[in-house]
Order: sequence, then structure tokens, then C-alpha cells
Amino acid sequence: MSLSELYQELILDHNRSPRNCGALEAPTHSATGHNPLCGDQLTLELRLAEGRVAEVAFDGSGCAISTASASLMTDAVKGLDEGELEALFAKFHALATGDGPPAGEMGKLGAFGGIRDYPTRVKCATLAWHTLRAALHGKQGATTE
Amino acid sequence: MSAAPLDSVALRADFPALQQEIHGKPLVYLDNAATTHKPRAVLDALDQFHRRDNSNVHRGVHTLSQRATDSYEGARARIAQFLSVETDEIVFVRGATEGINLVANAFLRPRLQPGDEVLITAMEHHANIVPWQLACEATGAKLRVAPMSQAGELLLDELEALLTPRTKLLALTHISNALGTVNPVAQIAEMAHAHGVPVLVDGAQAVQHLPVDVAKLGVDFYALSGHKLYGPTGIGVLWGRSAHLEEMAPWQGGGDMIRSVTFEKTEFAPPPLRFEAGTPHIAGAIGLGAAVEYLTEIGLKAIAAHERELLAAATDAVAAIDGVRLIGTAAKKASVLSFVVEGVHPHDIGTVLDRNGVAVRTGHHCAQPVMAFYGVPATVRASFGLYNYRAEIEPLCTALREAQELFA
Repeated sequence: MSLSELYQELILDHNRSPRNCGALEAPTHSATGHNPLCGDQLTLELRLAEGRVAEVAFDGSGCAISTASASLMTDAVKGLDEGELEALFAKFHALATGDGPPAGEMGKLGAFGGIRDYPTRVKCATLAWHTLRAALHGKQGATTE
Repeated sequence: MSAAPLDSVALRADFPALQQEIHGKPLVYLDNAATTHKPRAVLDALDQFHRRDNSNVHRGVHTLSQRATDSYEGARARIAQFLSVETDEIVFVRGATEGINLVANAFLRPRLQPGDEVLITAMEHHANIVPWQLACEATGAKLRVAPMSQAGELLLDELEALLTPRTKLLALTHISNALGTVNPVAQIAEMAHAHGVPVLVDGAQAVQHLPVDVAKLGVDFYALSGHKLYGPTGIGVLWGRSAHLEEMAPWQGGGDMIRSVTFEKTEFAPPPLRFEAGTPHIAGAIGLGAAVEYLTEIGLKAIAAHERELLAAATDAVAAIDGVRLIGTAAKKASVLSFVVEGVHPHDIGTVLDRNGVAVRTGHHCAQPVMAFYGVPATVRASFGLYNYRAEIEPLCTALREAQELFA
């Protein structure tokens, strides 16, 4: 298992230039996520319109895995309703922990397939997702603990 | 008298855990501030206790119980000698954290009134913050914080100005786990005592790196953890002046800490047993005794000299890498090299280093206020022990450069 399988080019790219990074003008939901293990923090805002994600943005400081995960997640969830989003999260979580679908079936999110060999980094990859779900469920914050 | 130089390469043979490869590379273990590896002397002492002498202590007239008691109390005496204090001032606890909590509850809380103050410093580990916060919250007292400089040195004038008639205790670390700063504890204790303020020192990062004569420091309490001292986890020591320990009521009740019990009244045992309710971590204490004996044979002076040289060389090598910012640049430091690398998160560095066999700590080091002070979420921390040697600096630097290339 080499480092390049964890840090795939897509992850490095999204870490260097994260997409959907910043704040929304009129968010309907927001939450802040913490990874107490490493002190990472991430604020996530989203605007739902007719039950679907119309806009989503994140801000915060984190490692390459958590930044790229937030970036790719925000791209992936646009247009989804809550049920579709939960289903996608379940697939992503399974992919990251190693008992999920083949990375090839996950589109760009498949870039996180290497995480399964780095169990200490799974929480970095899922922080954005936990925060998104906390925002959707009206909670103020999420933690990976 | 100068100590004979320490042969760290030969000493490595005493540590079985160091003889392994990680991801196909020799293990370079630079996470000694988190925990140290255990020499054979400690492993053998634990093994011998469990295989031969296993029994409960302070009761039972049978031979094994006598052996267990002798070994347990022998370890206490050996540790007292190591710290240059009296044997009955050594209280066995789970670690420095429990030692600090014991003082917060059994010594400080009964003395705290609303409006009183507890003084700590800006460089404390959470273990030397939270117990005092809890005591303050329960009593209406206030927690005050003595500031430090950008280099990570306490500002002594500011500290002294915070010592007032309201101050009921000063708690500070001997060596900062996040920065490596060695604090002038004896000088600060003198200052505090001039204002009538008792002093607790968190020695978790100190006793394995420097000769510490606790009696000469002039402090009131000194807490340490066995596993950072090449001993087992789950055992530590709280040293307290006997005058304080005598006055303190028990913190936890149970067996082994009593003189006599009726349903109406219990008479407590004198210290240190008064503070050791229940069956103690007998094996741990014996293991810690063995660790202290091992360190005494090598000599803390030799260890300190070796680590000082290693830290200086590692600091130069790491600081020479473009984009590295050292966190903690005090004039007097021990063991700890904390830094950040521009454009690469510490967590990612930790993973790249691990793939190269290099174990460091990345994160906030249970010192989030220190991270906030430097405006960083986390640092990379390499911390050195007696078995580290010069040839291990290169793999660290090579892996750091690899991380920079990967994330460039």
C-alpha cells in the first residue's frame, strides 16, 4: 500500500484548490464539525430548496483528506434530497471503512478508496459528512468521536 | 563531574519493541513524550511478579503476600530515592493526571472560597487545566493564567504579579509537553512561597529527561506518570510534603486506606496508604520501581546530556528545511521538537512519516490553549528519549521533504 493510493491525484488537487469553499449568502442550515483527535474544525452551510440541496459550502482548516473530502462531498451532494444524501453517505462510509462498494462505482468519491488501509484517517474523511448530516438534522455541531 | 557519554545504540538492545520494522522500514520512534518503550528490566519485573509473586499486598500472612508487599513497598522506597524525597511521601496513583486530581480534590477544594484564585500557566497540558477548572466551578473560585512569550517562556514578572492573597495554589508544568520548555521551577516556587502560595508541579515530561531533586525544588506537590518514564501504563506517583498529606482527608474510600472501620466511624490510615484505596496497581508499581532502577544505573545526567545534543542536532536539521516553523524556541528545552510545515497539515505529515517508519505525534498534544496561542490547529512533535540517536534524524528529515514534495 503506497502513499499514492491514499493521496490520489484527485485528493491532492481538491486539497490544493478546494471547491465550494467559503460561506453562503442565505443558508437554511449550518453546523460546525470537530475532529477532537487533531483539532480540525469545519463549518458547513447549505441552502435547501424544495427539499433538495441547492447550494452548499464549507470553511475551516483541516488536513488534505478532510479538506478534499469536504470539497468532493459538496460537489457530489448538489441536487440530492435527504434520502439520496443519506444513501450516498452510507456508501461513502462503507467505502472508507473497507466493506463498501468497489471504488469504481463511486465516481469521484472513489478516490477515497485508499483510506481503508489507513484506519486512523477515516475520521478525517468522514468529518464533512457528519457535519453535513448534523446541519440537515438541525444540530449545531458534529464530532467524529 | 561530567557523566560518561551514553551509548544509545547499545542501550537499544534493552528495548524489544524497538527491534521492528514499520512498513518495511526500521522503526524510528520519536513519540517519547506520548509514551516511552519499556526496557527488558521492566518487562522482566512485571513477568516475575505475575508468574511467581502474584498476591495482594498489606494483608495475608502467606509467603506470596509477603513477597508482593515487599516488592510493592520496595518500589516505593526506590522511587523516593530517585526523587530524593521520603518514602512515605510517595503516593501511588494511576498517573500524573490522577495525582493532580487528587490534589485538586483532597487539598485544594476544601480551601477554596468564592473569589479565591488558582493560578496556572499558558503552557499547561489539559491535565493541569481541567482539574482546577472543575474545582473552581464547584467553589466559585477563579482560574488565572500566567502568560508566556512567543518563544514559549513564562513571563516571570507577570506571573509574580498574579500571585495575590486570593491565590490558593500555583500549578505549573516542569517541562511543557507541547513546546519542550524547561521552566525554572525552583525560582518560581520561591516566588510563590514568598506570597504564601503552595505549588504543584506536573513532572510528567521532566523526570525522564533531567535529574530531578524534588526536595530541592522547594515545591509542595509533584506528579508524574510511569509510562513516560520507561515504566508501565496505569501507574504514576504523586509526591506531597508530609505536612500537607497528613492534613488532607482521603479522596476515595475503600480497603487498604483504613486503620479501623465500624458502621459509625472509620479511622483512616496515615499517608501514603490513606490515598491508595482498594487494591493498587501492584505490578505497575513494581515495574515502575524497575524502570527507575534502570534509569539510575544509566544516570539521568548522561541521559540529559545525550538528549540535549540530539535535540540540538535535530532542531538544526529540521529548521534548515524550507517552510518549517518551529513552535517553542525557549532557551532551555528538553526532548521536544514541535513544528509546522507551510502548506502541509501535521496530520498528513504524520501519515507520510509513518509510511517511512518514523513515529511522531501530530495534533494538539492535549494543549489546545497552546495551539491557540500560536494560531495553529496542530503541530508535528518529535520527542526524543535515551535510545534515540543521531542516525534517526535523517529519516525524519527525508520523510518531511517527501511530504513537502507530495503536497507541493
